[in-house]
Amino acid sequence: MATLPPILTASLPEPIGSWLAIVALGAFHGLNPGMGWLFALSRGLQQQSGRVVWISLLPIAAGHAAAIGAVVLLVFAGLQFFSLQRIQWLTAALLLAFGAYKLRNYYRHPRWVGMKVGYGALFLWSFLMASAHGAGLMLVPALLGVAAVHDAGHAHHAGMAMSSGGSLAVAVVVHTAAMLLVMGIVAWIVYRKVGLAVLRKQWINFDLIWAIALLVAGAIALAMALAH
Amino acid sequence: MALWKPDPSFYPSAKMAMQAPPERHAYVAALHPQGSGKPDAICVVDLDPQSATYCQVVNKLELPYEGDELHHFGWNACSSALCPYAPHPHLERRYLIVPGLRSSRIYIIDTKPDPLRPQIVRTLEPEEVIGKSGYSRPHTVHCGPDAIYISAMGSANGDDGPGGIFMLDHFSFNVVGPWELQRGDQELAYDFWWHLAEDVLISSEWAKPPQFENGLVPEELLANKYGHRIHFWDLRKRKLEQSVDIGAHHQMLLELRPAHDPTKSYGFAGVVISTEDLSASIWAWRRENGQWLMEKIITIPPVPAEEDDLPPALKPFKAVPPLVTDIDLSLDDRFLYVSCWGTGELHQYDVSDPLNPKLTGKVAIGGIVGKKGHPKNAGPLLGAPQMVEISRDGRRVYFTNSLYSTWDDQFYPEGMGGWMVKVDVEEDGGMSLDPDFFIDFGEIRVHQVRLEGGDASTDSYCFSS
Repeated sequence: MATLPPILTASLPEPIGSWLAIVALGAFHGLNPGMGWLFALSRGLQQQSGRVVWISLLPIAAGHAAAIGAVVLLVFAGLQFFSLQRIQWLTAALLLAFGAYKLRNYYRHPRWVGMKVGYGALFLWSFLMASAHGAGLMLVPALLGVAAVHDAGHAHHAGMAMSSGGSLAVAVVVHTAAMLLVMGIVAWIVYRKVGLAVLRKQWINFDLIWAIALLVAGAIALAMALAH
Repeated sequence: MALWKPDPSFYPSAKMAMQAPPERHAYVAALHPQGSGKPDAICVVDLDPQSATYCQVVNKLELPYEGDELHHFGWNACSSALCPYAPHPHLERRYLIVPGLRSSRIYIIDTKPDPLRPQIVRTLEPEEVIGKSGYSRPHTVHCGPDAIYISAMGSANGDDGPGGIFMLDHFSFNVVGPWELQRGDQELAYDFWWHLAEDVLISSEWAKPPQFENGLVPEELLANKYGHRIHFWDLRKRKLEQSVDIGAHHQMLLELRPAHDPTKSYGFAGVVISTEDLSASIWAWRRENGQWLMEKIITIPPVPAEEDDLPPALKPFKAVPPLVTDIDLSLDDRFLYVSCWGTGELHQYDVSDPLNPKLTGKVAIGGIVGKKGHPKNAGPLLGAPQMVEISRDGRRVYFTNSLYSTWDDQFYPEGMGGWMVKVDVEEDGGMSLDPDFFIDFGEIRVHQVRLEGGDASTDSYCFSS
């Protein structure tokens, strides 16, 4: 694709780029107060226990991982039946459409009422928030980058499918670990150091950034499809 | 349109909100009694002592229809937008949600770009409100984390119950629908609020529309037909969990003021009148072993009076009932203000120990018999302390004098006009009328006051400190 601008070609996810994107998106998802650390923090404050803050992060991370995992399964299944390029086109279309929708409705969240939740409900909440906001979908271009290494230039066969499946599973773990680490750091800083007042000044509009991130991911997926 | 930083009037905790800058203006619901041929209005009052128009009505937004009967109203969004399970920190506290209690119409009033010149941006007509919510006579408005919640006194078919709660969409202001999924035997409605951190909603009981629209019905009152129960709901499952009957003679269980600190699960409720001895009472709720308990913590006795000084409805009793019609709790959960609309007093109680309140201050103005004046207006003044609002820092209390058009006429039959006053509060309790603050609204009557940036009966907080 000689017609692509060099900047876009340069940013196409090579394996290392894809892995970096998976980590960076984990950090981004972790940073967003709406994805969980704030909920964990409020539970700890409500129960007046620092331990509750840290423990609450685990089901939140697990719920997030489950949402990402569900998308990974879809991608993996898709790759068994369709060409990588077709999946890339589909991903680009979905991301751009969903990103455009979120750009107009960035402030809408799935309806959830309830502060007094157990760990099971916390898992469910996190799964719901990550799914409804397209956390997994945002990750697909990077996941395809990881999967494509095993796929590139070869016909499908069982071995390749296994190793791309393995990489995808590692991607879920790496992403979630990055998310959990960032959530923990942010929660720790707010809980131990700066206090909740920071929310008033520093809580930038993650919902809007999120919508833009979906569109950027969509553009990258589109570039990948075109470059294929 | 999109905000990059949260609305600066949102605070994670009540404690932080107490550090907020002082309010510079108030919005006041103002009404003309039915049949006057004049519409109700939202008045803007200047509260900035530095301003040349301090303590004056600087603008009056007249509504397009007559007979709405403005009463309570609220902000579209408040600090609950920071609640962690459904954060919407970039909503704006911008729109006033103003229901007509008689008309079932709801006005959405935009306080931007010029907060002193608010404009109606949308009107939800009665057909839409009643049709989609299943209720009529909308009353209390609360900004929830996930929606705007509104209580309603009547059902869709009009006079029969049940009254209940419905929701408006936070963003479009469309009526979402009724809130309750399982209401049990709850019939009567009035006020509601919640313990967000406990997933508990609390609702109270006044009456059905035929019991109040044309005035208090004495026979119904003496038969103990007004509300005397409080309801505790599961906020998540939208289901009635427990009702507590405080005794049939405790008539009209109205205002509910839960503690602002989410680690506390107690609150206060006011009861207008006892049919046994005409006293008014304040009750505290709390939870023990999973059960909600109500305990009477304050009793305010009636004051004997000459028959000649009393309106017809009260003559047989030869006494003025205190008629506690509104209560309000400061953001630090320390002081409870109690309006005695009959006897013309505002009481301040220290409720740091909620079951052992201490009377720490009193001011007297108006009243059925006393009609006591103000340093700025020698009187006689009709009406008495009614809707109370406390500034976020707790140092200023504002109140107005009208209850409800037809009830005003029963208890103050000489024809009440509206006024609003301010009380200055000492840091550790005690209060006095601000001798320079008296706003005469003339013939228009005034009810709920909402302060710029929030007040003690608007915001809910999901964080304790």
